[in-house]
Amino acid sequence: MNSVTIEHIVKKYGAKKEQVTALNDISFEVAKGELFGVIGPDGAGKTSLFRILTTLLLADSGTAMVDGFDVVKQYKNIRNRVGYMPGKFSLYQDLSVEENLRFFATIFNSSIKENYELIRDIYVQIEPFKDRRAGKLSGGMKQKLALCCALIHRPSVLFLDEPTTGVDAVSRKEFWEMLKALKLQGISILVSTPYMDEAGLCDRVALIQSGKIMSIDSPKNITQKFTKTMWAVSSAEMYRLLNDLQQYNNTEKCYAFGEFHHLVLKNDNEGKDEIMIYLLYLSHHEIELKTVQPNIEDCFIELMSKSNHQQ
Amino acid sequence: MKQFIIFVQKEFFHIFRDRKSLLIIILMPIVQIILFGFALTNEIKDSNIVILDNSKDVATTEIIQRLEASRYFNVARYLHIEGDLETAFKTGTIRLAIVFQPGFRESLLHSNHAQVQLIADATDPNTATTVTNYASNIIRDYQTDLNNLVQTPYMITPQLRMLYNPQLKGAYNFVPGVMAMILILISAMMTSVAIVREKEINTMEVLLVSPLKPLLFILSKAIPYMFLSLVNVSTILIVSVTLLEVPINGSLALLMAEALLFIAAAVSLGLMISNVTDSQQTALMLSLMGLLLPTLLLGGFMFPIESMPWPLRIASNLVPSKWFFIIIKNVMIKGLGFTMVWKETLVLFTMAVFFLGISLSKFKIRLA
Repeated sequence: MNSVTIEHIVKKYGAKKEQVTALNDISFEVAKGELFGVIGPDGAGKTSLFRILTTLLLADSGTAMVDGFDVVKQYKNIRNRVGYMPGKFSLYQDLSVEENLRFFATIFNSSIKENYELIRDIYVQIEPFKDRRAGKLSGGMKQKLALCCALIHRPSVLFLDEPTTGVDAVSRKEFWEMLKALKLQGISILVSTPYMDEAGLCDRVALIQSGKIMSIDSPKNITQKFTKTMWAVSSAEMYRLLNDLQQYNNTEKCYAFGEFHHLVLKNDNEGKDEIMIYLLYLSHHEIELKTVQPNIEDCFIELMSKSNHQQ
Repeated sequence: MKQFIIFVQKEFFHIFRDRKSLLIIILMPIVQIILFGFALTNEIKDSNIVILDNSKDVATTEIIQRLEASRYFNVARYLHIEGDLETAFKTGTIRLAIVFQPGFRESLLHSNHAQVQLIADATDPNTATTVTNYASNIIRDYQTDLNNLVQTPYMITPQLRMLYNPQLKGAYNFVPGVMAMILILISAMMTSVAIVREKEINTMEVLLVSPLKPLLFILSKAIPYMFLSLVNVSTILIVSVTLLEVPINGSLALLMAEALLFIAAAVSLGLMISNVTDSQQTALMLSLMGLLLPTLLLGGFMFPIESMPWPLRIASNLVPSKWFFIIIKNVMIKGLGFTMVWKETLVLFTMAVFFLGISLSKFKIRLA
């Protein structure tokens, strides 16, 4: 049985005249024990999707099942068994770490003692501060506490809406390691994130843009679908380099990517020599040119320009 | 049950950890009672008056002395010509001018008739009426004393008796009024703000995706504030009895029970407000405009309802504070029992049940 099954979900906001389509015919499935990522920029519809699945919003059309229950008719059953961590931080700032945890455990008819095993690895990191008010914790620690609160009743499916937004790099890495550990406990996890680099940590990902799913697959398969050669170029004058490369007549796409510019050519028969000649002709120096493995972000940009073309 | 206990406990943590708000909630009733009791009063004292005495005889001097001896008046200036009257009023500090006709005593004794003119600044009509009444009374007193010397055959002497409040203390009226006001404020406003806060800090999202039942949520939000309101009722009663010497003539248990009923109605109103708004500020404004203002205007303790035009009289029936005000006045001041206030109690009870029913049925189990 799938943990989550979504079929043709459509969600629109606003009055008829200026209606915005937040989710446009979304369908996918999440298997039991899977770590599933919903990857997309702000405003792509991630939060709407999560709210529909956690029974907080009603879809305009389509059906969704969570853990075998319908999100509309059997919402009470779902509320008994899922864990949800909303995007915006939501703990009681004036309660201490321990009070927050005990409150959420009790509200879900459980207790800290009962499921301590499940959260132990995470909770030991914040336990030294258990008497501190939640409002006085650092961002990373708040996320850990929120995760503990969402887990304390041993949910069968865990929904994490942008759990790593606004968290430092180290805490983000720790957070993903915790999710992997939780997966081993048999909990299905749906996590949304705007950070493409986190996609590689999921079992499968759905790339979502403007309410549409562009691709659903394992991160590895998604990057393998990228058939063209990806070049990484740098030189002493990065800004001029970007402009020049975008002017180059064989350039399909060129964009800044960290310390390099990523370049895709229209005709892959041409290669290193042609690019070098072009750049030297424009008197660039300290040129570095190499092929790189395309990552999820490259694929996302590729998919995005494709869907824009279709429109 | 465990859910309920921990939720109520959490609410008390919120209340007690927000020291400033707690202090305001505890002190506000005391400050208001003391303000109304000692500072804000509608009695008129020490009004400045001017006197134009064209007669300057024994009778006018006697009347002026009596005016000055009373605590209502303070003679600011003696005028000599009529023309000065207008200048005196234009300064704005003079409330009343008293003008004696020339040969006042002469005409009083010989033609049995003398005239004194009272000119009041009527920009504030209530004050003008009150000061002219005070002055007329003093002049009449003088006349009565004169009459005692020469017997008049027919005379009606009204004998006044002020029931329930022989000293005519304002406190007898405003203590129940302040009670209604404070309870509406604390119970309705605080409850609505407490619920809307959960929406604002997003914890509502998590609470909704939990097995917690709406009724349990609403009750756990209401109970701490009902408790706080009862504490307020007690402090108001203690301050009124000790500082303002307002007696509790009726049964204290009945008084507390009625207060609890009113609190329940107010809390249900707060719940209704929290249903329709998502921000603490809107909840605050709604409580102030939608609850406090009607309480002040139509509750009956600031402006008498009997003298309002009929649309307002009918509207006042919808204000719970009006009924509570009647009940408290009857029980506390007049010392009446339940049999005399059961109708008002029934109205309040119906209101509480109605509001609670609406807020429960309108409770949003989803975000939108």
